[in-house]
Amino acid sequence: MIYRETGQFKTSYASDQAIFPIVQDRVFVLLVVAAAFVVPPLVASEYWLQAVLIPLLVYALAALGLNLLTGYAGQVSLGTGGFMAVGAYSAFKLSTAFPQVNVILVFLLSGVLAALVGLVFGMPSLRIKGFYLAVATLAAQFFLLWLFNKMPWFVNYSSSGTITAPTRTLFGVTVSGPQATAGARYLVAIGLVTIFALVAKNLVRGRVGRAWMAIRDRDIAAEIIGVRPMRTKLLAFAISSFYCGVAGAELVFLYLGSAETLAFDINLSFLVLFMVIIGGLGSVLGSFLGAAFIVLVPIFLTNVPHLIGLPLPVALQKQIELMVFGALIIFFLIVEPNGLARLWQVSKEKLRLWPFPH
Amino acid sequence: MIELLRAVFVAPFADMVGNPTFLVEVLIGGIAAGLMYSLVALGFVLIFKASGVFNFAQGVMVLFAALTLVGLMEKGAPVPVALGLTVIVMIALAFAIERVVLRPLVNQEHIILFMATIGLNFFLEGFGEMAWGANVKKLDVGIPDTSFLVRGVQINRLELTAALTAAALVTVLAVFFQRTKIGRALRAVADDHEAALSVGIPLKTIWVVVWSVAGLVAIVAGVMWGAKSGVQFSLSLIALKALPVLILGGFTSVPGAIVGGLIIGVGEKLGEVYWGPLVGGAIENWFAYVLALAFLLIRPQGLFGEKIIERV
Amino acid sequence: MMATALGTPAGGASGPALLSVEDVTVRFGAVAALSGVSVDVHRGEIVAIIGPNGAGKTTLLNVISGFYHPRSGRILFQGRDRTHLKPFDVAALGIARTFQNVALFKGMSVLDNIMTGRLLKMRGSFLLEAVYWGPARRQELEHRAAVERVIDFLEIQAIRKTPAGRLPYGLQKRVELARALAAEPHLLLLDEPMAGMNVEEKEDMSRFILDVHDEFGTTIVLIEHDMSVVMDISDRVVVLDYGRKIADGPPEIVRKDQVVMDAYLGVAHD
Repeated sequence: MIYRETGQFKTSYASDQAIFPIVQDRVFVLLVVAAAFVVPPLVASEYWLQAVLIPLLVYALAALGLNLLTGYAGQVSLGTGGFMAVGAYSAFKLSTAFPQVNVILVFLLSGVLAALVGLVFGMPSLRIKGFYLAVATLAAQFFLLWLFNKMPWFVNYSSSGTITAPTRTLFGVTVSGPQATAGARYLVAIGLVTIFALVAKNLVRGRVGRAWMAIRDRDIAAEIIGVRPMRTKLLAFAISSFYCGVAGAELVFLYLGSAETLAFDINLSFLVLFMVIIGGLGSVLGSFLGAAFIVLVPIFLTNVPHLIGLPLPVALQKQIELMVFGALIIFFLIVEPNGLARLWQVSKEKLRLWPFPH
Repeated sequence: MIELLRAVFVAPFADMVGNPTFLVEVLIGGIAAGLMYSLVALGFVLIFKASGVFNFAQGVMVLFAALTLVGLMEKGAPVPVALGLTVIVMIALAFAIERVVLRPLVNQEHIILFMATIGLNFFLEGFGEMAWGANVKKLDVGIPDTSFLVRGVQINRLELTAALTAAALVTVLAVFFQRTKIGRALRAVADDHEAALSVGIPLKTIWVVVWSVAGLVAIVAGVMWGAKSGVQFSLSLIALKALPVLILGGFTSVPGAIVGGLIIGVGEKLGEVYWGPLVGGAIENWFAYVLALAFLLIRPQGLFGEKIIERV
Repeated sequence: MMATALGTPAGGASGPALLSVEDVTVRFGAVAALSGVSVDVHRGEIVAIIGPNGAGKTTLLNVISGFYHPRSGRILFQGRDRTHLKPFDVAALGIARTFQNVALFKGMSVLDNIMTGRLLKMRGSFLLEAVYWGPARRQELEHRAAVERVIDFLEIQAIRKTPAGRLPYGLQKRVELARALAAEPHLLLLDEPMAGMNVEEKEDMSRFILDVHDEFGTTIVLIEHDMSVVMDISDRVVVLDYGRKIADGPPEIVRKDQVVMDAYLGVAHD
């Protein structure tokens, strides 16, 4: 047994409703989170921060957003890239137009703008379901990207057609722009994603989350017992797009430094969808696991062949990556449709009982 | 303001009337493109009709078929041999898909199957590129990409052939589904896998048949598209374009795939040529989707789809 | 707390009808699922709806729930015309129901499923819920307490955290009843609450239904096939056949009605 949980009985509903009712879990998670804040900026190399940890956190936020919409509320969306683009371009415009505004506030406002756009494109969900909705979200994806491509106003008339993160500081430390250190950017990313993960967890274990899951599982019965489909679905689109918008802003400001619309194309939508499927639909933890997985697989594929002495040409790597992703999606859907999060849960249960089989 | 209204609502139509031959050419271009979309949509419809699976990988199957064909021809095989081998490859692919993807997911919800086909899409994309290389290839099937004049209107031979092939294929398939025993069995399977199994319909065989037929349709589509624009990866993006076609035409209607394709093809071309310049062009990127979206809002089951009666 | 909202306890018809279905016709294309059906249900009654398969019983419940809207006719609830309300508005009036094919939310635990029954009573700002603080937290705990009372009442404490999809059929039906009860309804619509149960389970379920009626005075309309259950617990029986009402009265009288017997035995009639 890794740890024993016996003897912990809940004496109030409040303690039963806690996110981590078991004391050991709570302590463990708090330690992990604290370590995640403190350790990497001190210990990790530039490479690890820049190529693995920061993108992981940015994608995790996007995956969290999509998970709320698709995993909890059951509304399939292929427009994630578009909503992230809204966040990114909004952040760029706001930040360049109002340079004195705090960069976190800029992120939040961009999220709100993305949420508004999400509301608009979410309205078809009131009439359309399932794959049809997925196709409708493609309309959002393609239209939004076309818009950002066509209107030079969005890139402040720059000739290169790219948006670049301006230099901004937070508490005196540079967090975006060419001078920002990876450590500083990492801290902002992890700060934001921790808060938003907590918010997401609170939403899904309460009234809103239950309404979403009711719509997801049986929308007709849900309506008959009193769930209002319109409000519930639109709220899902709004909140999800907010998260994706902030993630989009982070993508440019904290990770890439500069971007063009290509960074937000349909492939990004698919990538985030994969994270959510592999990590686990309907799971906050799953969003993180899925993001970690998707970020680590290419790293693995880049480095392992070198280690065993078989360098692969870049193109072949990309192709193998695609094949591995595709195969893994199918694998997960067959073996564990609830993704890595469920595998984690199952392993924990097995560890509780070990060495007994059941 | 008046200028804007005039530009949107009057000028394009004036253009159309002012140059009728050009309009006809645009229409023909639209019809041709539309029929090519229909070919891809047809593959979707077949699979959906027969197994209830929304095969996101249809586009990539088109690409894969075209790649295999071209690859074999590049290795020196004469056209008929290459075609024959490609057919075998696509049938083998159908077997493999049934065994590896469909069988383990029998009777799962449609959304799960849909996501599995997205996975399949990526797998085949990587595999195809790995097997046959990533550069654009020229596909020559012996039909020249030249035009001839009919009463002052230019008609492209290749597009004409594609259109006729698509029309023929659709007719054959429509008859197949409606009149034959196998067609009926396919429709039963699409409705309910387990029920079909319980009345003795051999699910596995049906699926292999269907995916093979879809594979053959993919070959035809691949050949037509490939001959027209070269075999390259943007071909799999055509699949995405087929989705609005399916929305308009309904997911289960063979004639619907044609009508939907025509509407999208013509609509797109007209939009791009006459309204496109107003907003800087490249409307084709999103026009089809927005059109489909508008349609869905009015008629959620598409033009030809069956009205869904929900039961509790 | 739970008794106050729900009218006078103890069974028996009294006063004006709580629910009035007036001459309702529901068509699907050319098929008339219900033709000119009129039923009155009084506060505190237990009314059973019986009839051969396809008679339109579930359709009747669906039209009361607002899921279908009648081609003609009216539905009055608490004296007001509610014919064209949407389902969630009907639920807000205090009408709760269970479904023929257990419509539980498979992805959620039993507790969460029953909590969804309280959704109508939850006023909330999602912003406050996002931080799970203050009023949001208090409300959540209050509703948890109310749901726990229902759980106690139906004796399903042991399975609170089990995902609903993993429960055996009989327990699923009980959880569905719990979800309907959690809404503290004025009118409870039960669609075959005992289908697929064995004798013991049926006795338990009958006991629960009678307890709900006795303790909270809830008016109950149930569709049921098992005649002994119908005889035991209902005050009145309504018989439907081919979308028409063919009998309406106390159980002992209806069971001896020749028209009813013909309908069940399949004697041809117009």
